[in-house]
This record gives sequence, structure tokens and C-alpha cells, in this order.
Amino acid sequence: MSRFQPITILSSLGVLCFLSLLVALKVGSVAVSWNDLWLIISAAENPWKDLVLQLRLPRALAAFATGGMLALAGCLMQVLLRNPLADPYIMGISGGAACAALSAMLLGLAASLIPVAAFIGAMASMLLVFALARGDGPWSSTRMLLSGVVLAAGWGALISLILALGPDNSLRGMLFWLMGDLSNASVPSVVWVAFPGLFLIAMLRARSLNILSLGEVTAAALGENTNRLSWLIYLLASILTAMAVAIAGSIGFVGLIIPHAMRLIIGSDHRLLLPAAVMAGASFLTLADTLARTVVNPLQLPVGIITALTGVPLFLYLLYRAKLQS
Amino acid sequence: MSTTPLLQTTDLGLKIPGRCLLEELNWQIHAGEMWALIGRNGSGKTTLLHTLAGLRKPCCGHIELAQQQQLLKLELLSRKQIALRLALLQQHVSHSFEATVLQMVLSGRHPHLGLWQRETAADYQLARAALVAMDLADMEQRIVSSLSGGESRRLAFATMLVQETKLLLLDEPSNHLDLGHQVLIMEKLQELVFKQQHGALIAIHDLNLAARYCSHVLMLFGDGRYLAGPLDDVLSSARLSELYQHPIEQMIWDQGSYFSPGPTTPR
Repeated sequence: MSRFQPITILSSLGVLCFLSLLVALKVGSVAVSWNDLWLIISAAENPWKDLVLQLRLPRALAAFATGGMLALAGCLMQVLLRNPLADPYIMGISGGAACAALSAMLLGLAASLIPVAAFIGAMASMLLVFALARGDGPWSSTRMLLSGVVLAAGWGALISLILALGPDNSLRGMLFWLMGDLSNASVPSVVWVAFPGLFLIAMLRARSLNILSLGEVTAAALGENTNRLSWLIYLLASILTAMAVAIAGSIGFVGLIIPHAMRLIIGSDHRLLLPAAVMAGASFLTLADTLARTVVNPLQLPVGIITALTGVPLFLYLLYRAKLQS
Repeated sequence: MSTTPLLQTTDLGLKIPGRCLLEELNWQIHAGEMWALIGRNGSGKTTLLHTLAGLRKPCCGHIELAQQQQLLKLELLSRKQIALRLALLQQHVSHSFEATVLQMVLSGRHPHLGLWQRETAADYQLARAALVAMDLADMEQRIVSSLSGGESRRLAFATMLVQETKLLLLDEPSNHLDLGHQVLIMEKLQELVFKQQHGALIAIHDLNLAARYCSHVLMLFGDGRYLAGPLDDVLSSARLSELYQHPIEQMIWDQGSYFSPGPTTPR
């Protein structure tokens, strides 16, 4: 736990969200001045209007939503499996999405259909784990985890197969997708309804998440229907992950590192942790994507490389500091 | 007794794969009764406690829980309704993420709170009082995983107190506790049961604590048989020797009975 009040942390994160979006709009191959940016936001005419509103804004919002959804899904998965190594992709959802997306690329489908294919692949993978793990009824996180991890390995093999079979000219696109890339990303409006809705449901059950992290028996003894709660969490996390993966491919580390980092900063009460993780994940990915498209300008890096390269040392630092404090 | 029992079992049977632990248990616990649940390792004490708490299904028979002077079948009640009526102190509680002591003890209020509700000042007051009662007053902000075995045991006990249920099921509450704290929790239980008319069923290996504080005994032999009744009718060196398959000697002194294992007899 940190020395700061939760309200201070949450409001700082809110400010960070706002700033990260501003920076994403300002910085790029052409640096827009603060003055121009202000004029554009206040709906005045400006030569950079199209650049900012048509190119940078959709991409910044895509990064923002994707980061928030991945961080939220990561929090949920870690409670569900009561395993700190769990991330949104652990159950093979990104693998299923990747197989479907790469197959679509292999078949030469239109670029606009790739996210649809990815979403369908992710949902199919989720249903497969659901059917495999359900067995004779009661929830078992071990069986769930095993089915998911084995399925993920299977998807991995299929991805390698598709990469091996794919023509050379589509390999670059496939690899970028696999590393997570926001260059052509945009957020369909349904996500702007679904994401807040799912977040709200998660917040309603936030105290139950605290109880569930004490173990299934304890949670049941404290009045939780753990079976129903577990399936609800799995469903929420899966849909969030599927949407994120459909928008941006499989961006790593955000869903693993942001929840842990926020636990170290704000504690493990999910009523504070969930909003903190959503805001931190959203601003982290927005800033990471801004870096990805500026750091080796005019080249663009897949944002997944940036999240890994910055996320790992950041997380290790927080862990080191937490150890010193205790 | 004419009053409604807090909980009642009818022809309850418990099985684990390959073995029948308990057959046709017909048993009632009333307010103001403190039951010791004794038996050898693996005789089904924990299984019985978990079954009574509705966490596992019995193989036959049924369990009824009192709700406003009426007995209702356990399987018809929601988990939340059950948690408002009975609390279970488990043998082990695992913590996968780092919660503070205060957060942990407040989790006992979970069944009392609705979806949108936060803990009120009254809930905090209750939680802090329970921590004080369990000698944990200055540990509010400690991380649960940093507590010693005895401290986390007392924390679990405090959490159970905060749940404020009429019926308490305890699985070896005195484990890991030093003698002073063993007496502390047994006296707290006595106060709850005899003064405030709660009911408690306590799985316990320490016969002397059981003999000194409990009013009734439920003995599980682990082969389907059981014995239930007021303490003095059930606890005897002959019965205990049979139960533990080891000679147990009873010494009578001015404050009651003292039980001690005798030397192993050569077979």
C-alpha cells in the first residue's frame, strides 16, 4: 500500500488520462502547437484540423479504449484464476483471435473484415474453453486454467503453421498484428457502449471480487454464489479481451503489468483497483502508441514492442520499491 | 426441547470416495448450546462442518436451518441467506493478493451489504471492536500474509464475529494459538453462546479445552457411527479410548475432568 490517499491516486490517474490524449493529439510527424490544438478542440477552423481529428484522434481513442479494456480484463482474470501470472490472453482468447485474423489475411479478405474475424475467433475460443472446462458442472479454476493454457498452445501451433504457409508479402502484416499494432485501428461505436457497460457490471461486483480472491470456499461461506460469479467474470473478461484484440491485435504486457502495478500503488480493494487499472491502462497504451509512431519517425513500430520495453522495467521498479517498503 | 433448533439434520449421511464417514445423523443444535465436535484425523469433522454450511452436498438425508422460528431446507436457501445465519471458520484461509487486516475483517460484513452499498461507519466500528477483542487492535494496516500463524487465526475468528450470525461452525479454532489466546477465544465463544444465545459447533482436538468450555459433545467415529449428547454423558475415558483407539485416562479434579493419553499398550 502506498502513502497516498486513494482519492488522490484516482484523480491523478484521471488527469493522466486527459494529458495522455492531449499528447497523442499533439505529437507526431508534424508537431501541432498547443495553440493550434486548443483551436481545433474548440471547433475553430485550423489547417491541422483534419490531421488531428481524422488521423490522430481515432488512433488515440483506439489505444485508450484498448488499454483500458486489457487492464480491466487482466484484473478480472487474476481474481478468477487467483493466479498473479494470469493475463487476458492466458486462456487462449488472443490465440483464437490471431488464428482467425491471420486466416482472413491469408485468404485476402478486406482489411475492414480482419477485426470482425478476430472477434469471432476470440469468442469461438472462449466458448471452446467454456465447453471443455465446464465438465459435469461445478467451476474449477484448475481445470479452466489447464484447458485454456493447452488450447492457447494449440492456437500457437496453428499460428506458426499459417505463418509458414503465408506468402512473403503478407508476413509483415501478420507479424505486426501478432505484436499488436494500432496503425489502422479505430473503435467501432458498439465498443463505446459495451466497454462502459461491462465496466459498470464489474464495479457492481467489485466487493464480490475481493471476497472471491480469498478463495472459493471462503467466498461461498461469506454468501457468494461462486459458480455464477466465476462464469460472470470469465464472460466479462473474455468479451473485453475479444474487443481489445479485434481493435489492436494481441498487445502484450498491458493486461498483466497494469493490474499488478495498480495493486502495488492503490491496494487490492477492487472498488478502487478496477477504475485505477482502467485509467492507467488507457493512458499507458495511449502514451506507448504515441511513442511507437514517433520514436523512429517516419517508421512506425508495433505498439506491442513499446509496451513490453517500457512495461517490464517499470513493473520491476515498482516491485523493487514495494519490497523495500515492507 | 420445544424451541426451534438453530439447525437440524435428518438421516444425514456423509461419504468420501471408498468410505462412509457418517450414517443417519439425527442431530439438533439449539441457541445456548456449545458443541465440541471430536474424532480422529479423517473422521469427517471438516466434511461435516462444510456440509452443514451448505458447501458440499450430503449423500443422503437433509439439513434444515432456522429462519424466524421456522425450519427451512438448506438447499432452498441462497448462499447469502445461509451466510446471514451461519458462519464458518475454516482450518486454512489462503490469500492470493495482499489485503490488509482491516480489509480482511470487513469481509465478514459482505453478506450484510447490498450491491451498491459500501461499509458504513457502524461496520467499521464492529470490525475494529472485533480486532480489539482478538488482541489485534494495532495491526489494522498490516498485510495479512505478514501475520504469524496465531495472529491470522485470531483474524479469521474476528472476521467470523463480524459476520454476526446466530450459528457458528468452527474448524479447530484453537490451532496455532498460545494458551492465553486459546482461553481468550473459548471464553469469547462462551460469552456468545451462553450470554447472547448463539449456538456453536467446534471441531477440536484439545479434549481439555472441550471439557472445560463446551456443554455438549458430538463424537464421530469415522465409520458411520456417532454419539451426541451433553458433555458429561458422552465424555468418558472408555469412550474416548475407543474413539482415538488409544488409551485415554480421565482425572477428576476440583474444576472438572482432565484427559491425558496413556502409554501405548504393546499389541
